[in-house]
Amino acid sequence: MEKIYLAIVLAPLFGALIAGLFGKKIGNAGAHWVTIIGVAIAFGLSVYTFYMHVWGGLPTFNAAVYTWAATDSFQFDIGFMIDHLTVLMMVVVTGVSLMVHIYTVGYMQGDPGYTRFFSYISLFTFSMLMLVMANNLLQLFFGWEAVGLVSYLLIGFWYKKETAILANLKAFIVNRVGDFGFLLGIAAILMYANTLDYATFFERLPALASVKVEYWPGVEWSLPTVIAILLFIGAMGKSAQVPLHVWLPDSMEGPTPISALIHAATMVTAGIFMVARFSPVFELSDAALSFVMVIGAITAIFMGLLGIVQNDIKRVIAYSTLSQLGYMTVALGASAYSAAIFHLMTHAFFKALLFLAAGSVIIAMHHEQDIRKMGGLWKFMPITFVTFLIGSLALIGFPGTSGFFSKDSIILAVEASKLPGATFAYWAVLLGVFVTAFYTFRMFFLVFFGEGRMDAHTKSHLHESPKVVTWPLILLAIPALFIGYFTIDPLLYSGFFGDAIVVLPIHDVMATLHEHFHGAWAMLLHGFVSPVVWLSFAGVGLAALMYLGFPQTLPRFFAHILAWPKRVLDGAYGFDDFNAAVFGGGSRLLGRGLWRIGDVRLIDGLMVNGTAFLIGATALQWRKIQTGYLYHYAFVMILGLIGFMTWIVFLR
Amino acid sequence: MFFSSWPILSIIVWLPIVAGIFVMSFGAGRASVARWFALAISVLVFGLSVALLPGFDTHTYAMQFVERVPWIPQFGINYHLGVDGISLPLLILTTFTTVLVIVAAWDVIKEKAHQYLAAFLIMEGMMNGTFAALDAIVFYFFFEAMLIPMFIVIGIWGGPKRVFATIKFFLYTFLGSVFMLIALIYMYFKGGSFSILAMQQLPLSMNEQILIFLALFIAFAVKIPMWPVHTWLPDAHVEAPTGGSVILAAIMLKIGGYGFLRFSLPITPDASALLDGMMIAFSLIAIVYIGFVALAQSDMKKLVAYSSISHMGFVTLGIFVIFMIYDNAINGGSGIHMALEGAMVQMISHGLISAAMFLSIGVLYDRLHSREISAYGGVVNTMPWFAAMMMVFAMANVGLPGTSGFVGEFMVILAAFKANFWIALLAALTLIIGASYTLWMVKRVFFGEIQNQGVAELNDVNPREAWMLGSLVFLIILLGVWPNPLLDLMHATIEHLAQQALTSKL
Repeated sequence: MEKIYLAIVLAPLFGALIAGLFGKKIGNAGAHWVTIIGVAIAFGLSVYTFYMHVWGGLPTFNAAVYTWAATDSFQFDIGFMIDHLTVLMMVVVTGVSLMVHIYTVGYMQGDPGYTRFFSYISLFTFSMLMLVMANNLLQLFFGWEAVGLVSYLLIGFWYKKETAILANLKAFIVNRVGDFGFLLGIAAILMYANTLDYATFFERLPALASVKVEYWPGVEWSLPTVIAILLFIGAMGKSAQVPLHVWLPDSMEGPTPISALIHAATMVTAGIFMVARFSPVFELSDAALSFVMVIGAITAIFMGLLGIVQNDIKRVIAYSTLSQLGYMTVALGASAYSAAIFHLMTHAFFKALLFLAAGSVIIAMHHEQDIRKMGGLWKFMPITFVTFLIGSLALIGFPGTSGFFSKDSIILAVEASKLPGATFAYWAVLLGVFVTAFYTFRMFFLVFFGEGRMDAHTKSHLHESPKVVTWPLILLAIPALFIGYFTIDPLLYSGFFGDAIVVLPIHDVMATLHEHFHGAWAMLLHGFVSPVVWLSFAGVGLAALMYLGFPQTLPRFFAHILAWPKRVLDGAYGFDDFNAAVFGGGSRLLGRGLWRIGDVRLIDGLMVNGTAFLIGATALQWRKIQTGYLYHYAFVMILGLIGFMTWIVFLR
Repeated sequence: MFFSSWPILSIIVWLPIVAGIFVMSFGAGRASVARWFALAISVLVFGLSVALLPGFDTHTYAMQFVERVPWIPQFGINYHLGVDGISLPLLILTTFTTVLVIVAAWDVIKEKAHQYLAAFLIMEGMMNGTFAALDAIVFYFFFEAMLIPMFIVIGIWGGPKRVFATIKFFLYTFLGSVFMLIALIYMYFKGGSFSILAMQQLPLSMNEQILIFLALFIAFAVKIPMWPVHTWLPDAHVEAPTGGSVILAAIMLKIGGYGFLRFSLPITPDASALLDGMMIAFSLIAIVYIGFVALAQSDMKKLVAYSSISHMGFVTLGIFVIFMIYDNAINGGSGIHMALEGAMVQMISHGLISAAMFLSIGVLYDRLHSREISAYGGVVNTMPWFAAMMMVFAMANVGLPGTSGFVGEFMVILAAFKANFWIALLAALTLIIGASYTLWMVKRVFFGEIQNQGVAELNDVNPREAWMLGSLVFLIILLGVWPNPLLDLMHATIEHLAQQALTSKL
């Protein structure tokens, strides 16, 4: 099996290198074939690995491939840990990646950077696999930063666009703020556990549970809280939780396939995966769990609200991604790690589907992304229409779709949680359902129904996208619809994750849920009497009323009476302005100040040139003593002689 | 080894110097012969230094390939050479960088090319001598002598304000080394020997140690350079020709770090332990303060120069944080070797990355004759391969895992956490600041629409430049993906050094 794991990782890397270095020689077709085959191999072998581990009874694999560095008493390895959590992630990552690779053949047709794009997305797949398959924190961090790098390269893929190259700079730096916390978390683990290896760390964890640290005189923290929060700061960057969420909406400047792959389905869920991976630490700290839950709840509701006022089709979906990541984070905080991973999986499928379907719309619209200029598209692109509908239904948690099972489980888990902050989180995620339904169907109705608001030229060219685009949509629509129904029982209630996820009995909300769970079918039926489903119906209903019923009057009316809240939402709560002014402007100002005053004026001006000046000035004065007149010297000699004799005669 | 009986270190030191003097005699008319000859010599010396590796025993801290001949017996001065796990990697870095510099000068330096090449060959020999010296006077001789060719390189082939910059550079470093000479002579009178290894054994009182430490500190802090004696570096870099900047950043700065490891820690362990707070504070100021200053630069060379100072902060932090790690009882002393090895790796890695950055700026400068960021914009449109390689260098400068830039910073930050949470926190700020100044520059120079006619007419790297930069890409990634062989080289030496540093002489 070891060779298979290695092949899974290396196949996409090989494809990336060939397409990247020899793109010109092998041409566009060569580049997409070599990368698609590479990812297809990774996907096939991942499925095989999944099968062998889940049904074939293979035990957890945990071994090093090579020693990266041995220093002191530490050994930093590159190695794999393959358990049920890993195999699930591997299948999701390679599966979505394969679909995106195929889709890209159609979407990027004719782009001058065609081969480069394939190289990047294959490199991403390699990095993401390194991340999820890691058996230690060093490699996790490697994968973590590598996906960040590829994200940076891909957001700025169209490097001539000023907005794109600003967005990728922003994405990298904001992520680095998260990584700053993450790295300190890693350092804390090394300090107290003397290892970066997952398994060894978890073994040594019980001994660290009661350690107290004091980083500020008089304030004592429990060590697990410190580690958990530092690690979570990393997750906040990568999984775009408030206040480090600001990079994700701007990341939509990149081409749509990577919005689907990286900024919706896989990379942004790395933070969720990481917290689940470190569940043994988070479990030891109620404070950290509460913190996670509250941050997640804030993200879930407030980012969802922003989705309402967006007019760019990709930005609507981006804000919905933020909000859904918030849901996953809330689940983590409620100790419902398995529900978080479950939602991660269903979300990966339906959100990738939504983005790719949106991409299909964008192709048809000749790269117009403003939903106010769309409308009535259902007639022209039936496959896109149906698959987009499926994605939307899954997103709002329509009973029976995959999103229904995962989102409902999260809401139930939060309801059962007794941690501080759980009540707030519960109301946030509950209201979030209404908001999600409203903005999703606002977008859906504006795009596909009503009259066509595009210009005549675009209208005359409207047609369904080619097969390389529609087939991935169809293939993603299947899991988006059904995967929840079939996997909820095994994933949540049958101990699928085994030892990979640790939950303390006092936090075990999933056990509570289990008592009320009588199969997926019963949950589906019960769904119709729960407030969740009715809230989502209400959201759809309001959207229908406003954008199907009275599209000319109602939206304008609401915008008028809610002018002030709308201004707040339009400004995205002012995060961007604040960051630009305080952090962006502030650090540039600080840099200039330190340079001009500290370096130029104080050090060079006062100390360096000051010393030189002082020496020069002193010399200038002392030079005057040496007049060259003999009688001056003789006079001084006599004075000296008198002084010397006075000293000998009288004072000695 | 088949040439184990040869004085191989002497060849590595003197061959470039002799060859350099020879090249000088070529005259301006035979520049092409001079280039090929200089290249051949530098490749040969690089080959010889790499050939030390198979014969190098990594299990001992003892000096290897030792040569010892009395030089001025009246004063106990010996011509004494040898290498161990900290000098050998730096020696190889020097010989490698010299090859790059000679390649970089190929069609670029047209005026007095033979003299330019000669200066670099002579400088190479002197830097090799500094790293191989085991006698304090031999060390001092090379330490001072290498200033002369550098002075000449900046003074003749430099920019418009070169005279000011050279004098500042020379006075600064010279002032520092005078204090070092006083300390060395004092120790000679005390111990009767100029042998560095004997000085390390010399018993010294606390007061003596503090004075010696401060004298050495002035010399090495200027060289590396540490805040607040760093301001000569940006000026020197801006005025220096590409080759001068490369050698300055890649090798000469390392001599400061090497000096702290070779002299300060073993000779004055108690003073080092006493004054570690000051050293750590200066290091952290370098990392954070200088990082912000880098953000404010509009000249690419100045930006990279400040970035170098900031990165050198990790070297001095790694070296002097060991005393606090030792005092922190929770660790049982673990982390000390990691800190020192992290400092070493950071030096090697920075040698590669800063060489790469300055060579890249040189590639641009050769074409458009400007170092101003604002003179560029959209370079990726016309130089895609160059931009791709520059991306690797930028990411290495940012400390991305998988590049060499990550390894040293990672080790030092992790070790610093074992000393104190706040030190680690301040050091880790480089993740954010380093990314900001580096990638902001990359954005302004490389991305966007083509900004002007000059950029529109740029040609992508030629094969010579591609090989020069490509070899650095390869090494930077290799070291990032697999740093272990480099670490293996230095374990024994570092272990011994840590023991010396933590054993009181009082």
